[in-house]
Amino acid sequence: MNKKSRISEAFAGRKAFVAFLTGGDPDVETTEKLIPVMAEAGADVIEIGIPFSDPVAEGPVIQAADERALSAGCTTDKLFDMVARVRDKTSVPLLFMTYLNPIFTYGAERFFQRCSETGIDGVIVPDMPFEEKSEIASSCSKFGVELVSLIAPTSRDRIRKIAAEAEGFIYCVSSLGVTGVRSEIKSDVTSMIEQVRAVTDVPCAVGFGVSRPEHAEQLGAVADGVIVGSAIVKIIAENGHESALPVSDFIRSMRAALDKN
Amino acid sequence: MKKGRFGRYGGQYIPETLMNAVQELETAYEYYKNNDEFTTELADLLKNYAGRPSLLYYADHMTRDLGGARVYLKREDLNHTGSHKINNVLGQVLLAKKMGKTRVIAETGAGQHGVATATAAALMGLECEIFMGKEDTERQALNVYRMELLGARVHPVTSGTMTLKDAVNETMREWVSRIDDTHYVLGSVMGPHPFPMIVRDFQKIISQEIKQQLISETGRLPDAILACVGGGSNAIGSFFDFIDDKSVRLIGCEAAGHGVDTEKNAATIANGSVGVFHGMKSYFCQDEYGQIAPVYSISAGLDYPGIGPEHANLHDVGRAEYVPITDDEAVAAFEYLSRVEGIIPAIESSHAIAYAMKLAPQMNQDQIMVITLSGRGDKDVAAIARYRGRKLYE
Repeated sequence: MNKKSRISEAFAGRKAFVAFLTGGDPDVETTEKLIPVMAEAGADVIEIGIPFSDPVAEGPVIQAADERALSAGCTTDKLFDMVARVRDKTSVPLLFMTYLNPIFTYGAERFFQRCSETGIDGVIVPDMPFEEKSEIASSCSKFGVELVSLIAPTSRDRIRKIAAEAEGFIYCVSSLGVTGVRSEIKSDVTSMIEQVRAVTDVPCAVGFGVSRPEHAEQLGAVADGVIVGSAIVKIIAENGHESALPVSDFIRSMRAALDKN
Repeated sequence: MKKGRFGRYGGQYIPETLMNAVQELETAYEYYKNNDEFTTELADLLKNYAGRPSLLYYADHMTRDLGGARVYLKREDLNHTGSHKINNVLGQVLLAKKMGKTRVIAETGAGQHGVATATAAALMGLECEIFMGKEDTERQALNVYRMELLGARVHPVTSGTMTLKDAVNETMREWVSRIDDTHYVLGSVMGPHPFPMIVRDFQKIISQEIKQQLISETGRLPDAILACVGGGSNAIGSFFDFIDDKSVRLIGCEAAGHGVDTEKNAATIANGSVGVFHGMKSYFCQDEYGQIAPVYSISAGLDYPGIGPEHANLHDVGRAEYVPITDDEAVAAFEYLSRVEGIIPAIESSHAIAYAMKLAPQMNQDQIMVITLSGRGDKDVAAIARYRGRKLYE
C-alpha cells in the first residue's frame, strides 16, 4: 500500500494501545456504544472479535463472550452494519479478529468488499498461518484491508518469512497457550522483536495475557504497542450495558502506564 | 496434488504457535515410516500386542437371512482394546516416543480412542491425558473408569455442546499450552496435515488385510466395502487399498440421528457444506455464517460435525458413496447382529451393519460385501437398554 494506512499512522506517534472486544457481547448496541468510548479513552486501534462457535485459540473469558454474543443473535452482517454506523463517530482504525470459517463461508471477496465499504482497516485470523494465507490475501489487497500476521514464541526460523510479508502490524503472541489474563509475561518477547526488526519496520504489538498496567509499561519498553483483550472482555462480562465507564477507566490506566515509555 | 491436500481439501489451518510442531511431526514421520527399526517394532506390536491380523469372518447366518450378497465381517472388534483405534494409536505413540515426547494427549468421543491411547501410553511408559465431552463421560462412564485404570487423567469438557467437537477444541488448546514434551494423538483422519495422512497410513492395514484374506479365501475382490464414518478413520482404513480397484464400491455410513430432515443429526456429507475447521478444509455441518452446528447421534463416536478431508475428496470425485443411517436403524442393526451372528457390534459399527441390511438383499448371491466391524458393543449395552426403555445403569 503506497498511501500510509490508518493502522500504521496509529503506531506512528506513540506506543499503540490495541484494545479488543467481542462484537455483539452482550449485544451489538453495546459494542457500537463502546467503540468510540474506547477510542476516546486512549485506544489507538480497536479489534472487534466476530464471535465463533468454536474459538480454539481463546481462553475461557473470550469463549464465554462468544457464546453470549451468539445467543444474543449476533451475526457477521449485523457487525458490518454496526461498523458502518460507528464509522460516522470515530476514525479509529478498526480490525476484525475472526476465525477463517466465518470469512470462508461468507465468501472472501464479499467479506473484504463489505470490510472496505463499512470501514474495516484490517483483519486478524488466528487459525490461518503463513502457509495458508493465499485463502484470503488477494481479496484483502484488492479491497485495501491489511492482513495482520501473528508470530509466536515457537515460531523461531519462521519469523523472518512471516515478517517479510507483514502488513499493518505484527501480532506477537507473548507466550504459549490460549488468550486470557496472565499474572506475568515471562517469554522472551525482546528476541522475537529483534528478529522482526532484521527484516521489516512494520510495528510489533504484543498480546496474550496483557492485563495489568505494569505489563503495559514493561512491554511498551520493548514493543511498539500492546494488545489487551480478555481483561476488557471480563469488564464487559461483569458490567454488561453499563460497561462504558469501567472500560474507559481501565483503558486510561493502561494508557498512562504505556505512556511512561 | 499439493502437499497435505486431497483435491481442494485438507491443509493446515492452525494457530502459528503449533506450526513448527506439526512440521516437526511430519519430518519425523517421513523419516520413521521408512526406518526398519520403527516398522519392525510397530509390526511386532500389532501382531503380538494388538492381535493382528484381525479375522475376516464369513457371516453365514446373516448372508442366508438377507438372501443376497455373501457377507464378510472384518473383525476390528477383536483387536486389543476392542476397536480399530489401536492400529493408529500404537503407531502414533511409538512415533511420539521416538521423537522424545514424554506425554501424550488425546480427544475421545465414545471413549474407544481414549482407551486405546491410555493403553499404548501405559505400555510405552508415557504420561497420558484425555479430553472427553462431559455428556460423553456420562454416556460412556465405563470407558472413563477404564482410562483411569490405565493410568490416564480424564478431563470432562464442559464447553460448547460437551461432545467430541468440544473435546477436540480443548485438546488443541492444551497442545498450544504445552508443546515441547507433548504429542497430540489425534484419533481420526482429520485435523491439520500431516494427521489425516498419518492416521490413514496406520489404518490402511485394514484394507490390506481384507484384500489378502479375501483373495486367499475366494480368489477375488469384494464388490462392496461398508464402514461407518464419523471423522472416518476405520472407513479410510477399509477403503484405502481398494481405491484404485474401481469395481469395488466404497460406502461410508454416516450418523443421521433422528433423520437427515430433522435438527438432530450428524450427517456431514448429506447436510454439510465446505468450510475450514479443526485445522482442515472439508465438509462441516454449519450455518450460513460458518458457525459450526450442534450435531447429534446416539453414537458418541460419530457425533462429530465434520469428516476427514480425504473422504470429502472421495465424495467429490465420486469414488466413494456416503449414506445416512438413523439411530433407529443403527439400534435395530445392533440387535440384529447380536441375535443372528452372536456378535455385539459397537453402535458406531452398527451404522454400517444397518446399511448392509438394506444393500445385501439387492445384490446377487455371487457378489461379496465386506463390512468393517470397527468395534465391539460391550460399551453400548447399557445405553441401548435405556434406548429400549430398560432402566439399566453400568
